[in-house]
Amino acid sequence: MSFLADNFTLLRDAFLTTLSLAVVSGVLALLLGTILAAMRVSPIPALRALATFYVEVFRNTPLTVVFFFLAFGLVYVDLQFPSRFITAVTALALYTAAFVCEAVRSGINSVPPGQAEAARALGLDFRQTLTTVVLPQAFRTVVPPLGNVWIALAKNTSIAAGFAVTDLTAVLQRLANASADQLALVFVAVVVGYLMITLPSAWGIRVLERRLAIVR
Amino acid sequence: MTSRPNGEPLVRLSGVNKWFGELHVLQDIDLEIARGEVVVVIGPSGSGKSTLCRTINRLEAIDKGEITIDGQRLPEEGKQLARLRSDVGMVFQSFNLFAHKTILENVTLGPIKVRGTSKAEAERRARELLDRVGVSAQADKYPAQLSGGQQQRVAIARALAMDPKVLLFDEPTSALDPEMINEVLDVMTGLAREGMTMIVVTHEMGFARRAANRVVFMDGGRVVESADPETFFTRPESDRAKDFLSKILNH
Repeated sequence: MSFLADNFTLLRDAFLTTLSLAVVSGVLALLLGTILAAMRVSPIPALRALATFYVEVFRNTPLTVVFFFLAFGLVYVDLQFPSRFITAVTALALYTAAFVCEAVRSGINSVPPGQAEAARALGLDFRQTLTTVVLPQAFRTVVPPLGNVWIALAKNTSIAAGFAVTDLTAVLQRLANASADQLALVFVAVVVGYLMITLPSAWGIRVLERRLAIVR
Repeated sequence: MTSRPNGEPLVRLSGVNKWFGELHVLQDIDLEIARGEVVVVIGPSGSGKSTLCRTINRLEAIDKGEITIDGQRLPEEGKQLARLRSDVGMVFQSFNLFAHKTILENVTLGPIKVRGTSKAEAERRARELLDRVGVSAQADKYPAQLSGGQQQRVAIARALAMDPKVLLFDEPTSALDPEMINEVLDVMTGLAREGMTMIVVTHEMGFARRAANRVVFMDGGRVVESADPETFFTRPESDRAKDFLSKILNH
């Protein structure tokens, strides 16, 4: 146990790094994904095509490849991110936004078309219809699938370890190499770190789902 | 009733055509509705009467022809279309109240978002309208907690809150249980008496006789006959209308 105590600061910082990777890229992915979903249902064909293209590119590219491209590929166009953390957040957010978009779009499609028609008949424009009538109802049905996307994102942050971000997985590698005799303990510590993010999320999602449920 | 047929028509459709793929659902429709006029559109299902109603606020786009409201051509897109729609109230067959908003919020949403009315003023007016349609006690409930008849009366209040120039009713009682139909028709009859311009797609012949200035009979995407209710129900001209009336009135 003293082994854990000795490495407490390292583990705590790694945990906080993993948590911030997940939270920051999660918020960005939620925003970008919602905008993409709005584009996919918009009346303008060019916007629909652009969003569809985005989703198909990022949903079908391995996350590691996205990381690789942002970490090394962009140098060719003379662009470099100010820190590895920002590179990792960008990769995670761009990738996850594609999944958020599809979840939100399925939620939008679950809202009966009469709701948007009634809003338009009152004189609300496309943006108002979407933000005041359709999306609030869509998000309610989208909480469970978005929860899945969030948990996947929390675990996907581990890929940042391969790109020199000192997160939980990176610490796992480092400590396991340095003290092979403590492998089991290190594993448990790191897994508990991930569970501390994902388990409360699963619980929060259930609460949110119940809170937002509407009678139809 | 306050029909003023010699004034500038409030709603004018000229040479309106619409296709759903191969199906020619509206064929050369010419129709004028005067200010304060109540027009009931009847016809067999598939005759195009609902589509006609939905083209007037452009929930359905037309392929040919022109629709003007208060002398203004129906805009095709964007802000102007939204502004014009705010002057054309619509009541749907399936009510379409906003499921995530309370009854009061359903009625205040349009005035607040579209007209920029203050919340307090919008709520005062909404309560007045809810009182008028007889559901003021339900103001803080959600739509799903109300009966169909109550929901439809709220939908009418929601449309009225925008002070529309004309109200469209797309089969407003077709989704209701029989004992709730009259409570909705009573509200509509009241509006007709007060001089509201109304276009009503319905199967309620009693309402047509009682409240309409004119009955428009449609079949196969065309306006087959257009007459005052008395003439239409007692001396229909076309065979198609005679046939239709014999089927719905003799039971």
